[in-house]
Amino acid sequence: MANALVFIDNPGAALKKSSLELLTLARKLGETAVAINGELTDDVAATLGAYGVATIFQPSADDLDDYLVAAKAGYLAAAVAASGATAVLVENSPEGKEIAGRLGIKLNAGVITDVVGVDADGTAHKSVLAGSYNTTAKATTPVSVFSVKANIVEPEPAGAAAAPATAKVEVPADAAANAARISSRTVKPASGRPDLSEARIVVAGGRGVDGDFGPLEELADALGAAVGASRAATDAGWIGHDAQVGQTGVTVSPQLYISAGISGAIQQKAGMQTSKVIVAINKDAESPVFEIADFGIIGDLFKVVPQATAEIKKRKG
Amino acid sequence: MKIVVLVKHVPDAQFDRHITGPGNTTDRDESILSELDEYALEAALQLAEERGGAKAGNEVIALSMGPSGAVNVVKKSLQIGAYSGVHLSDDALAGSDAAATSLALAATIRHLSADGRPVDLVLTGMASTDGETSLIPAQLAERLSLPQLTFASSLEVNGGTVVARRDAGSHSETVEAQLPALVSVTDQINEPRYPNFKGILAAKKKKIASLSLADIGVDPSEVGQAGSWTVVESAAARPPRTAGTIITDEGDAGIKLVDFLAAQKLL
Repeated sequence: MANALVFIDNPGAALKKSSLELLTLARKLGETAVAINGELTDDVAATLGAYGVATIFQPSADDLDDYLVAAKAGYLAAAVAASGATAVLVENSPEGKEIAGRLGIKLNAGVITDVVGVDADGTAHKSVLAGSYNTTAKATTPVSVFSVKANIVEPEPAGAAAAPATAKVEVPADAAANAARISSRTVKPASGRPDLSEARIVVAGGRGVDGDFGPLEELADALGAAVGASRAATDAGWIGHDAQVGQTGVTVSPQLYISAGISGAIQQKAGMQTSKVIVAINKDAESPVFEIADFGIIGDLFKVVPQATAEIKKRKG
Repeated sequence: MKIVVLVKHVPDAQFDRHITGPGNTTDRDESILSELDEYALEAALQLAEERGGAKAGNEVIALSMGPSGAVNVVKKSLQIGAYSGVHLSDDALAGSDAAATSLALAATIRHLSADGRPVDLVLTGMASTDGETSLIPAQLAERLSLPQLTFASSLEVNGGTVVARRDAGSHSETVEAQLPALVSVTDQINEPRYPNFKGILAAKKKKIASLSLADIGVDPSEVGQAGSWTVVESAAARPPRTAGTIITDEGDAGIKLVDFLAAQKLL
């Protein structure tokens, strides 16, 4: 593969870890270019240079954020043409996957989603059917489009930093013609916790928390973790639907997954089984979650969790 | 209003699922209506009912692409309340990836618009519960040059405008587009109805159109493994996770948990 193009949507003041991961992965596939949408700060440009990016593309239009998916896919298709890229990497968010999908049709390019690794020849590694199979897949087209999951590589700057060139990409005039318009947007108050889909550690609660996520939130904050929940807990209204882990919610594969008060029916197990280490706390010794836990505690989460939180705080000083 | 709802025949996620055969495709012997498609069907029925139902000329067409068994999910959709059904089936479709599937579905929707009454709205679930790529709504919208309003947690159609609310992790937004459009809905949008006795009886009188590739004007080389742009080269069942250390809390399990995390270098 000659050239890789990474799409970074609204990098803000500093690149997210998941963007750094995409850049690290892209270098395996060839010389890396980046297509950004939104403002490019000097700091971000310098980081891109440190990660070996040769060229940064920016759109000629600044209203891509006003439309859903289609306008960004139109821009990215033009950036692929401008860069001559044969591999495109986007993040595996719902929007990232949809941009990848529309881009694939525009470019007659195969799209592979939920990627957890890419080889230099473009072979992608995936985990499918809720983590029960590992597959390899490849696009058979001149251009491959990958949406890549977070937490699959350690970000690593390139050996030699360079000052990337910048170039404008003409966004096709009809890029937004078939796009839904975003008529209003409300930003939710930031929790200060990492994003669930990207978190290195997830602390999740289920029916057993009985309406009180407080102790789990304290443990999460002591560990720098995100808070997740089973469908039973979100359906009960104890925590927002955004926190739902599993088949109809967010798929996670963190380094550590702490499951508290979740019995681990098959769909819940499916949502967590690609986690590296699983800890389960449940009163019921018969809970299926204990079948897959690396460390299981049969006990009352309202006693175990606060004790663990206090101990972590003590050790971290 | 003429609404097409995509319904998919998928292996039941309550049980173990398997990948088989030279093309590494999912075994579909024991398949059911994808749970997430029930929300799309419910949303379609509500939109049609608000407008006076079938008597007022509204249509809710359940469309499934898949092997012979997939007709069962069309029948189930009719029992739940869809007004008519379409089953797209052809041996050449086997092994289609999302790109090839969206090509066949786009051709089917054009075919369904060819009677002079164009499809106003295509409704889908947020993802299938087997492939879970969420690619089909976006790729189908791109092929049909339609705006997509995906992951809708609420949906309204006012005149020719469709308005949806979306809740992403960090923000909520309202999106709108002119009809025709494609909308995918989440499991937060409604409570799907169940088929009742009356619905099951009524379904027997409803029509299911069986379409082949020839009917929709698609060449077999454009779909199936021949027309796919991706290939699954290998599939291996993940070794089952084995249970690790299980302890019973004797008043110090929180400390032991932290010891475990420290030993795993996770603190």
